[in-house]
Amino acid sequence: MQESSYLDQPRGLKSWLLTLDHKRIAILYLIAVAIYFLAGSVFALLIRTILARPENPLVTAQHYNQIFTLHGAIMIFLFIIPATPAILGNFALPLMIGARDVAFPRLNLASWYTYIIGSLVILYSLHSGAADTGWTFYTPYSTQSNSSVITTTLGVFIAGFSSVFTGINFIATVHKLRAPGMTWFKMPLFVWSLYATSIIQVLATPVLAITLVLLILERVFGVGIFDPKMGGDPVLFQHFFWFYSHPAVYIMILPAMGVISELIPVFARRKIFGYSAIAFSSLAIAFLSFLVWGHHMFVSGEAEIASVIFSLLTFLVAIPSGVKIFNWTATLYKGRISFDPPMVYALMFLFLFAIGGLTGLFLGALASDVHVSDTYFVVAHFHYVMMGGAMMGLLGGLHFWWPKIFGRMYSRFWSLTAAVLVFIGFNLTFFPQFILGMKGMPRRYYTYLPQYKPLNVLSTVGAYVLGVGLVVLVWCLLASLKRKRQTLSNNPWNAGTLEWTTTSPPPTQNFKTQPVVKHGPYDYEEMVAERT
Amino acid sequence: MNMNDNPHTDALQHHFADMEQQRESAKLGMWLFLITELLLFGGLFGFYTFYRASNPEIFYNAHSTLDVKFGALYTVVLILSSITFALAIYHIRENKRKQTLMLLGATVLFGVIFLAVKGFEWAHHIHLGQLPGKYYTFTGIQGTNPHIFYSAYYMMTGLHSLHVLGGLAVILWLMVRTRRGDFSSYYFVPLEMTGLYWHLVDMIWIYLFPLFYLVG
Ligand SMILES: [Cu+2]
Repeated sequence: MQESSYLDQPRGLKSWLLTLDHKRIAILYLIAVAIYFLAGSVFALLIRTILARPENPLVTAQHYNQIFTLHGAIMIFLFIIPATPAILGNFALPLMIGARDVAFPRLNLASWYTYIIGSLVILYSLHSGAADTGWTFYTPYSTQSNSSVITTTLGVFIAGFSSVFTGINFIATVHKLRAPGMTWFKMPLFVWSLYATSIIQVLATPVLAITLVLLILERVFGVGIFDPKMGGDPVLFQHFFWFYSHPAVYIMILPAMGVISELIPVFARRKIFGYSAIAFSSLAIAFLSFLVWGHHMFVSGEAEIASVIFSLLTFLVAIPSGVKIFNWTATLYKGRISFDPPMVYALMFLFLFAIGGLTGLFLGALASDVHVSDTYFVVAHFHYVMMGGAMMGLLGGLHFWWPKIFGRMYSRFWSLTAAVLVFIGFNLTFFPQFILGMKGMPRRYYTYLPQYKPLNVLSTVGAYVLGVGLVVLVWCLLASLKRKRQTLSNNPWNAGTLEWTTTSPPPTQNFKTQPVVKHGPYDYEEMVAERT
Repeated sequence: MNMNDNPHTDALQHHFADMEQQRESAKLGMWLFLITELLLFGGLFGFYTFYRASNPEIFYNAHSTLDVKFGALYTVVLILSSITFALAIYHIRENKRKQTLMLLGATVLFGVIFLAVKGFEWAHHIHLGQLPGKYYTFTGIQGTNPHIFYSAYYMMTGLHSLHVLGGLAVILWLMVRTRRGDFSSYYFVPLEMTGLYWHLVDMIWIYLFPLFYLVG
């Protein structure tokens, strides 16, 4: 008999919009974030369409600047920062530690509304002449531009609070709501990574908030903080901006790394290699992320000695990242790997993130950075890390928990087809950009020299293949919702973490009886022994 | 008998095992929130440091346009308000609602005095043309870019006053809830949490006071 789940009870739109259930809030986030991802993707396709040829008459240079700014601002602040923590984290974190909900359910709902309000303000800027400054809002241009910088930054400012709320909630939940027996070192690694992410969200976001407030004050009152004529300093903006935005890169990638740490042991049927090394490397990344912001300013005229120090510290980040990759690979070694869709995304993550990470070293090293600074090399590196890394982690996690969230399985064939298309399209889009960057094509221009055309055309074709892949992916997931629910087992992947012990979809109170944890999250041998 | 007379039935949220866990969680959440507040102000303190290090003589010359007597008054008033708030929490632990209510009222009164005098002081500066950035027209301060002292002054005291204002709104709401009988020795988490916030706001003022009124 079908049991009542959080999806069925209570009914009605109002019960969803006022819900305090972390699982429903996760779905609210899923819907909103997916819509903004669609918007960001449309802008991405527009960019690639314009760049299919130099001097494209489709748009003016000004429009192009607005389009790439919107693409960046939406994808960063409205998609990739909230995506994994607010959707997958919200859904899975309480279940994984055997809790009834997050520590502050009302704050959780407030976070979603704050996100919606912030995002609507950003959308409103479309109407009032969207910002053309790039998503970094660098001064002095951002204090002079005629576009609606104030509206856009205000939207980002508001959306930032939703991120802080989520962070506070997760930290308190992990500290205070773990089930009996769930010691810190029995926590799944996804929980560890969300914990590290939350620390960054709480510590870094307020600095972005005050920086954006100062930018707004500068535009409204001409306070002169960023204006050298009035005794200010425009580079100060960059320092403050990157003090947030470098750690923000780890807000985006750490949760994805956490997802990968869940997927690899499940689909290789092996206990994860180096559990505590992976857990601590998340904390190490969170800590180091606050010390490297200056690597964005090697060519902004910061002191040479500062550049050298920032460059060295940046190389240090490669160590905890390398530790993770080593441990994942060691787990795969001699594992019984099954190529289910979540695992395929995890393997794509490993491959693409390795390329993204290694090319990051070119940018972290002073000499090579000067050559490729502000070229398409940076664009390619960033997309390999963010889309190849953070987004593949998100997609892997979404395919992994989808049957738990909705109680239905998607078509394996179509989702693998989508994955292959995404992989081909992605590499076709961004690999040529490494070469373009090395050859000196600058980023953020609506046109380019004729010799860059062949590789640009290749990149545009890739973007369309990627687009088709994503359409198939979304369609495949949505189509699964029409399937019957009963047929699915509670634990289709044979995973060992707590969320798979409850029904799919879970009941409103998560577990019928309070779970008590006896073994670690990846102890498959104990699991088998327990069952027999 | 009305079921809701027993506070034990409605103060504990369903996802906590007991009141202790609920209180500990709220406390941790509040401390995290206070850390974000510190970092928010930390950004401004960073700007202040940069400004002052590059224009020491402006800060020295300009600070004498502020009246130390006002600064001292704010400090006294805010410290008093912190004390009355702490006493209010002490009394609710003893289930003395009436005293709690009066002490919260005193806290609000001190907060209002702070804002009223601050407003008066600002109006005076604005009248003299001591405004931030490009609106600065005062001529009595020696040196290049004298406006930056006032830019920093308005931004930092402005953000602080906004926090006082927000705090007052919350305390008024707590007074309503105290009157209604929501709090007792069994449950007073909102009072305790707001108290932490209020102490932080006072503490930030204790740093702002010497940075603007006692330069040099
Ligand atoms: Cu960085």
